[in-house]
Amino acid sequence: MDYFAQQLINGLVLGSIYGLIAIGYTMVYGIVGMINFAHGDIFMIGGFIALISFLVLVSFGLTAVPVVLLIVLLVSMAITALYGWTVERIAYRPLRHSFRLAPMLSAIGMSFVLSNFSQVAQGARVKPVPPIITGGYTLHQGSSGFVVQLSNVQIVVVLTTIVLLAIFTWLVARTRLGRDMRACEQDQTMAALLGVDVDRTISMTFVIGAALAAVAGMMYLLYYGLVDFFMGFVAGIKAFTAAVLGGIGSLPGAMLGGLAIGLIETFWSAYFSVEYKDVAAFSILIVVLIFMPTGLLGRPEVEKV
Amino acid sequence: MGYVTASATDHKQPRAGIAFILKKALISAFVALVLFSLMIGIRTEAGPTGQLIYWTRFGELATLVAIVFVGSIAIELVRQWLGPAGASQLVPAPVQNGLAAAGRYVAPALLIFTLLVPVIFYRQRYILDLGILVLTYVMLGWGLNVVVGLAGLLDLGYVAFYAVGAYSYALFATTFGLSFWICLPIAGILASLWGVMLGFPVLRLRGDYLAIVTLAFGEIIRLVIVNWQSLTGGPNGISSIPRPTLFGIPLTPGPNGLAAKLGIAFDPTHRLVFLFYVILAMALLTNWVTIRLRRLPIGRAWEALREDEVACRALGINTTTTKLTAFATGALFGGFAGAFFATRQGFISPESFTFQESALVLAIVVLGGMGSQLGVALAALAMIGGFELFRGLEQYRMLVFGIAMVLLMIWRPRGLIGHRAPTVYLKQAQAISSDLVKEGHG
Repeated sequence: MDYFAQQLINGLVLGSIYGLIAIGYTMVYGIVGMINFAHGDIFMIGGFIALISFLVLVSFGLTAVPVVLLIVLLVSMAITALYGWTVERIAYRPLRHSFRLAPMLSAIGMSFVLSNFSQVAQGARVKPVPPIITGGYTLHQGSSGFVVQLSNVQIVVVLTTIVLLAIFTWLVARTRLGRDMRACEQDQTMAALLGVDVDRTISMTFVIGAALAAVAGMMYLLYYGLVDFFMGFVAGIKAFTAAVLGGIGSLPGAMLGGLAIGLIETFWSAYFSVEYKDVAAFSILIVVLIFMPTGLLGRPEVEKV
Repeated sequence: MGYVTASATDHKQPRAGIAFILKKALISAFVALVLFSLMIGIRTEAGPTGQLIYWTRFGELATLVAIVFVGSIAIELVRQWLGPAGASQLVPAPVQNGLAAAGRYVAPALLIFTLLVPVIFYRQRYILDLGILVLTYVMLGWGLNVVVGLAGLLDLGYVAFYAVGAYSYALFATTFGLSFWICLPIAGILASLWGVMLGFPVLRLRGDYLAIVTLAFGEIIRLVIVNWQSLTGGPNGISSIPRPTLFGIPLTPGPNGLAAKLGIAFDPTHRLVFLFYVILAMALLTNWVTIRLRRLPIGRAWEALREDEVACRALGINTTTTKLTAFATGALFGGFAGAFFATRQGFISPESFTFQESALVLAIVVLGGMGSQLGVALAALAMIGGFELFRGLEQYRMLVFGIAMVLLMIWRPRGLIGHRAPTVYLKQAQAISSDLVKEGHG
């Protein structure tokens, strides 16, 4: 039971990270109708930028952990958001009205560009960082000596996710930008006729998605203490699985799917085998798409002839 | 609506004027400065104690930003010089038909040249090796072309069948000592069974979803190969895979070897030449089967499926069998190519079957114009040849590949040979630009 509780905590933390990435996939799919294949690599770039800005800040003598973390978070979000904007501008916008395979292939190309760019720029080796947030709480001391722990990192990850989700939900539900985004999702031509700047709205979608991915990248760095140039691929596919599981196009669905994937992966590793955890995640993707193509909270897609 | 479009085009008219260009270039340079500030300007590496250290590279950062600034000006000037976008794409029909006519002579010329390659370049092992590699990718491209180009099913996991073929041959040959020529059909059949197994669940999926599921499938196969150590040797792979024989006669220096039997001096190049002709024959078989299949009802059904699945169903075409045969045929050729790859290398490991390989083959098919046999062959030559050019810059290779893929999609989303020659026509076959073809959501 204690073991189960510990895995539940770990799974929820991992799921928060996946959920943050999944939101980027689901938003872009909802509005543009394409799988932003490079989104996983945007997450990786976010992790790298968090790492580098952290190193620089520490070497300047800043030691107050909350201040450092806040600055790192903002820098990472800002620069990664610009990456998202640039990717959309260069690789996707010229292809918006092209045939259906073109944006997908361009996205795959962009994914290679981003991951190999960071390999060339920062080297292929894994970058470890010492634990930045230490300490934690012991929730329960089992009779067999197994201890259920909730570390401070885990609290930070979950709290940041909740706060950001609250801000993000407010943004989509209450602001002009959110209204524009929802309008574009329903009908781009009609939205344009009613005075919505479609290009700008799509750009902003990519910017917001990338900023959330940057947060996920930083949380990943804090939680696992390492980044490498290849981590975006697998994390990206898992987050996409989460988006599909939750119902693509649905924002609460993405978070829900993220948590589900995080829990499934953690429990699979804990009770079956660590080696096959990625196989489990990919199999879920296939099974979900076959039996529940609309996911948990998605709307069925109606095909018009 | 007309008013809206008119004002939109007015808006996009290039505005000449040095101020506009400079402003645009300055913005690009600023964006580049922010993007590269931390990623290029600062380099991190694990120091001797395991602690991360960093050093600055502001020189490189400045160079890159300057390149972006100048490049942005150059692109803008070229764009103004070319005039409004779209005008250059309207190639007059006679020119297109003329090109199509010239294309009729390119294929035989290319084939004759390929047949003569081992004769001309007999002494250059490097060129022979490269030729074998290019032909392997030509074969893979033609195999995937059945799935993507003809049936319009976007498959991002094609490398899975390549892997199944390679591992089938390697395992059968090393465990049971079966020869290459017996294992080749087995490898192909096993791969195509896997193709059907993949095909069944994805029958209802379309477009992007199909792509992701095939990608996941490819990764699952690779992960199983990595982790099933007792069977596949895991990351260490399988080594000392037997080389192919000429109907039982090995190409070795020993007394039983082909050279001794023919009474000529042994030369290791013999095997290269032999492998070259084997893969050439296999690739040509793929091509021939594809061309013949296109003329059969099943091939017509594939192309109909690509253009419009709903209409296809309305006409009474069984989409289930159509999709499954496409997957199975594509996988069959992938399996053949895989078996050849295993026997050529003598060693296989999961590293050869990553997603990058799938993307490379897919890029070949798309660059080749999706459905054009000649286009795929030329694209394979260009891609693999291009890869070889960057051999010295090992770590930049994939970066350049990615950039090329993006630029290619922007420049010519329909590939190099962007025309469709109809297989059925009234009175006269007329090639049309594939920009005019609307593709359904297959």
